[in-house]
Amino acid sequence: MKAKKILVKGVEAIALGALEANCKCYFGYPITPQNEIPEMMARELPKRGGVFLQAESELSAINMVLGACAVGVRAMTSSSSPGISLMCESFSYIAALELPAVVVNVMRGGPGLGGIEASQGDYFQAVKSPGHGDFHFMVLAPYNAQEAYELTAKAFELAEKYRNPVMILSDAILGQMKEPIILKNLKIKEYPKNDWALTGAKNRPSRIIRSLFLDSQELKKRNLKLKNKYKKMEKEILFEVSVENNEKAILVAFGSMARIVKEVYFILKNKGYPVGFFRPITLFPFPVKPIQKILHNAKNPLKFLVIELNCGQMVEDVKLAVNGKAEVISLFYPPSVIPFPEELERKIKKWIK
Amino acid sequence: MRIELIISGFGGQGILFAGNLIALSAMKEGHQVTYLPVYGPEMRGGTCNCTIIISQNEIASPLVYHPSFLIIMNYPSFLKFMPNLKKGGSSIINSDLVKPEEIKNLQILQKKYKLYFVPVNSLAETINAPMLANLCALGAFYQITKIFNLKNFKEALKETLGSERSHLFEPNLKAFNLGAKYINQNFK
Repeated sequence: MKAKKILVKGVEAIALGALEANCKCYFGYPITPQNEIPEMMARELPKRGGVFLQAESELSAINMVLGACAVGVRAMTSSSSPGISLMCESFSYIAALELPAVVVNVMRGGPGLGGIEASQGDYFQAVKSPGHGDFHFMVLAPYNAQEAYELTAKAFELAEKYRNPVMILSDAILGQMKEPIILKNLKIKEYPKNDWALTGAKNRPSRIIRSLFLDSQELKKRNLKLKNKYKKMEKEILFEVSVENNEKAILVAFGSMARIVKEVYFILKNKGYPVGFFRPITLFPFPVKPIQKILHNAKNPLKFLVIELNCGQMVEDVKLAVNGKAEVISLFYPPSVIPFPEELERKIKKWIK
Repeated sequence: MRIELIISGFGGQGILFAGNLIALSAMKEGHQVTYLPVYGPEMRGGTCNCTIIISQNEIASPLVYHPSFLIIMNYPSFLKFMPNLKKGGSSIINSDLVKPEEIKNLQILQKKYKLYFVPVNSLAETINAPMLANLCALGAFYQITKIFNLKNFKEALKETLGSERSHLFEPNLKAFNLGAKYINQNFK
């Protein structure tokens, strides 16, 4: 069968990815700019024997996700920045309970209610810690509709593989833009859940999933277990790199900003400027080794220019990866006003003269 | 081959509908496309625009400051986007709302750009469908660029209208043909 190519919004691609992964439950509460996700799930899930439910609040929605995941059902929610903040309490519980939930954040401007245009202001929240306690989501950042479709589907597999929540970090511009995607069988793997899911204790001893550990040694062990898991996740690191080792500057960006930056990279490259391009796709775990490899192979002293639609967040992770071995510069654009490639080109040129 | 197109006009003129249709037709033609609607609290009567990029190669930025093609449906859009048109670029201008005789620097513009004044509102009214001015403009765009063929356009139109609005297929196609014919007859 010929693969089907369709023109869809980025957020629709996310919903299609979830359906491709056979997601069975969607719980959510409306917010711009991601409403096409619940719209599509509301239409499609009942047809496929799944459940769509619009909860009375974000907190309620995420706890429904927690419940569904606890009994071993593939479940997700989606929201945008202010709505994601409302879910943070339960993110912490989901991580503590090691539940394979998939959460989509289609970022908009902040802080507070902010605006409805694109932003990358939730990088810290997504990557560092989306709640109290010592935990991480795995964070995937698509930069076009095809990736949004494929990474969302893959998120369900990864969530089960590591028994850890996975976040898809998108934004208003990627979400609202239409691009062609090719629908295909992504062969998303299902991991057995029969050794932990709460499926009823008939013919087996009962089991409890809990996050309260009053025994200090036990809690310590739990945290170390999580830490080991995050270490293992490094196998899943994804990134895009265009480097030939003779560069003097590497442009680093993710998500929607990486689209603008890549355009500038093409332009500068054509004009003969010695620049490279690096795009983290997994934001947690962050592609530290690939950045160190660029440094190791570089024939010239390097500068890393980190371009973001926030006041400088990912730049800190780049600095940690570079570890003082090169200059790292933040070219920051506060949310909502996305620079045109022409404008960004001028700004970058100043740094690579 | 690469076209960076901005379509701009009033909300309610079918700007986004036309933009989506062009993107879909071009995709069916086998091109890479991005379609970016303006994104904000827009409403009928307010301004509205979208950016469509059509290319044979990978499209990185969906945003463009200097487009190579414009479809201008009203006067505020003319003021906003005309100065940004790439040198040597083309523009279809709704001459019912942007009259050539009222443009002060018309001769300079005509030297720099290829301008196609098309009375899309009047054309649409000849078939009693004033709301189809957008399709007249789209027909003109097709005739000038031939970036997709008629078969792919028809398929895209059918798909966009869906079964609920399938009765609008013929009127839309008629308006499209009017725009294409106007270009054919008035511009070489």
